[in-house]
Amino acid sequence: MQPYTKHESIAALMNRSNVDTDQIIPKQFLKKVERSGFGIHLFHDWRFNDDGSDNAEFELNKPAFKDAKILVAGDNFGCGSSREHAPWAIADYGFNTIISTSYADIFYNNCFKNGILAIYVEQPQLDALMAEIAANEGVKFTVDLANRTVTTPGGNGFTFDIDPFRQGNLLSGLDDIGLTLKHVDKIDQYEAQHKLTYPWLWA
Amino acid sequence: MKKTMYEKIWDSHLVVDVEGQAPLIYVDRHLMHEVTSPQAFEGLKLSGRKVRNPHSILATMDHCVPTKNRDLPIADPIAKKQIEVMADNCRENGLNLYDMKNPNNGVIHVVVPEHGFVHPGMVVVCGDSHTATHGAFGALAFGIGTSEVEHVMATQTLPQKKSKTMLVQVNGTLSKYSSAKDIALAIIGKIGTAGGTGYVIEYAGTAINDLTMEGRMTLCNMAIEAGARAGLVAPDAKTYEYLKGREFAPKGDDWERALAYWQSLPSDEGAEFDAIITLEAADIAPQVSWGTSPEQVIGVDACVPAPESFDNEGKRKACESALAYMGLTANTKITDIAIDLVFIGSCTNGRIEDFRIAAEVAKGTKVAPGVTAIAVPGSYHVKQQAEQEGLDKIFIEAGWEWRDPGCSMCLAMNGDELSKGQRSASTSNRNFEGRQGKGGRTHLVSPAMAAAAASAGHFVDIRKL
Ligand code: SF4
Repeated sequence: MQPYTKHESIAALMNRSNVDTDQIIPKQFLKKVERSGFGIHLFHDWRFNDDGSDNAEFELNKPAFKDAKILVAGDNFGCGSSREHAPWAIADYGFNTIISTSYADIFYNNCFKNGILAIYVEQPQLDALMAEIAANEGVKFTVDLANRTVTTPGGNGFTFDIDPFRQGNLLSGLDDIGLTLKHVDKIDQYEAQHKLTYPWLWA
Repeated sequence: MKKTMYEKIWDSHLVVDVEGQAPLIYVDRHLMHEVTSPQAFEGLKLSGRKVRNPHSILATMDHCVPTKNRDLPIADPIAKKQIEVMADNCRENGLNLYDMKNPNNGVIHVVVPEHGFVHPGMVVVCGDSHTATHGAFGALAFGIGTSEVEHVMATQTLPQKKSKTMLVQVNGTLSKYSSAKDIALAIIGKIGTAGGTGYVIEYAGTAINDLTMEGRMTLCNMAIEAGARAGLVAPDAKTYEYLKGREFAPKGDDWERALAYWQSLPSDEGAEFDAIITLEAADIAPQVSWGTSPEQVIGVDACVPAPESFDNEGKRKACESALAYMGLTANTKITDIAIDLVFIGSCTNGRIEDFRIAAEVAKGTKVAPGVTAIAVPGSYHVKQQAEQEGLDKIFIEAGWEWRDPGCSMCLAMNGDELSKGQRSASTSNRNFEGRQGKGGRTHLVSPAMAAAAASAGHFVDIRKL
């Protein structure tokens, strides 16, 4: 995983609620057995017309949002299926930050495992950010994870909360499994006891 | 201190709980299917790690398998590859796999209980959000992402944040026309698809106690549609009766030891929940979803709502776009909505009880002209049982297709799908845009409601049949 560094990037606006993972990456693209290459299918059904051309109506197809790394979205983002292909597609497309009022649990977890920072904001704050982007498409926000701040030219900056553990892992780019395996003796101990308590699970 | 069932399971599975790190919890059972596992095996191999406890894993192939002509090679080359990769991964790592040809094959969440692989008090994970199904046994069962699948394979543990607890109390008795599916939909209609976010739901009350194990699975299955991490039902005599004698259930003296443990699991009298929701079972009419989110659901005797009827802007907008996508006009009677296809199956409603109820409704009827009706058993065992009871004949005589098991039209990855603008009555769990095929329109219902719609060609209030 790439360490997450402070950056100034275009913020794209997706003013929709309950964007589900079936939309983020429709199921016809789930049959791949690799992790990479999902970005070209991100939001496929909204993004492309039936003939494969770009759907000009779809917000992320706006030229101003090209190269955006920050996605500002409506509430309950990432609901539905647990497919990790959704954050893979989001990251592969180029986003590394999402800002919303709420996320589905599994999606939220999956983001952090793939180097994506998902930031919670309160509704009035989200409205202000959305208004700022709408009024000035292509505007760049600065995200500083170490200091937990987002700053915007329109003065809608804020400080956000994040679990220090997640923050540390994103900043260092550390892999979760490696971290857990530091506790392998504890796992061994737990398991030894487990075998005594529930022998039928080990038969 | 008085504890909820969730807290008991959580506490007994804590492996590491240190300041500044997510707690690590132990995983007893790990379920797998072909779609969300290949990248996890890839990651494991690349890092030179091994599966820690192969015996904790049970795998099946369900998402992209064909539900007819199983003996022919899979036509879709990518699906074929996914199936082959799954078989290779399981073989290389010594995992128990019920492949497409295995008599135990079926949808993971249907197969696992059939073999007694999940017991009360376990922590169970799967790279699949409907893992919540197994909460019906009083196990803490939840979906995880593919990175987490790799993490569990390598360490048998998972970093987790403790959830809040929600008690959903369903009092009274359900009308004989309503089912576990209607309870599930009514709850989601009430609290919304984000209502359970951050919570583990425990379902309780007389209407829940009265449900069969199959019904409890249907209910817990859709906890995820309410946004919850997991759903739980306290184990009781029905649970033990169901498990007894199954392949992976404890045997002999172990049975008594296990039973003693299981009986200690239900929430203590007076344990506190972070939220409590109450419903009256008698008020739950057969439900039909009208929109593109499972919370957009209403009783069959009602009309499609108008955007103005919602009190918040977000819901009004969601209603507008759902009506546009679904090709519906506000205030249309639900029973006036004509359908093109009926699907009975999935891990929500693909169990023997579901086919029994549907067959009872389908018996002696004919599928309406222009309607396609498919019955897809959740597993080969369900299929076999149904055939022993002669249910297949009832469906076939009524003009239904009787298929081999798989996820099929629940997510339409295997070629079974709606075409643009087609409308289904489906017993599955998600009515998202495109879920059953691009441009397809899904109405979620119970098996009885689906069967009734098949012969009428539109939704019918089964209470009036
Ligand atoms: S039947 Fe549907 S919900 Fe269940 S596992 Fe298959 S695709 Fe998922």
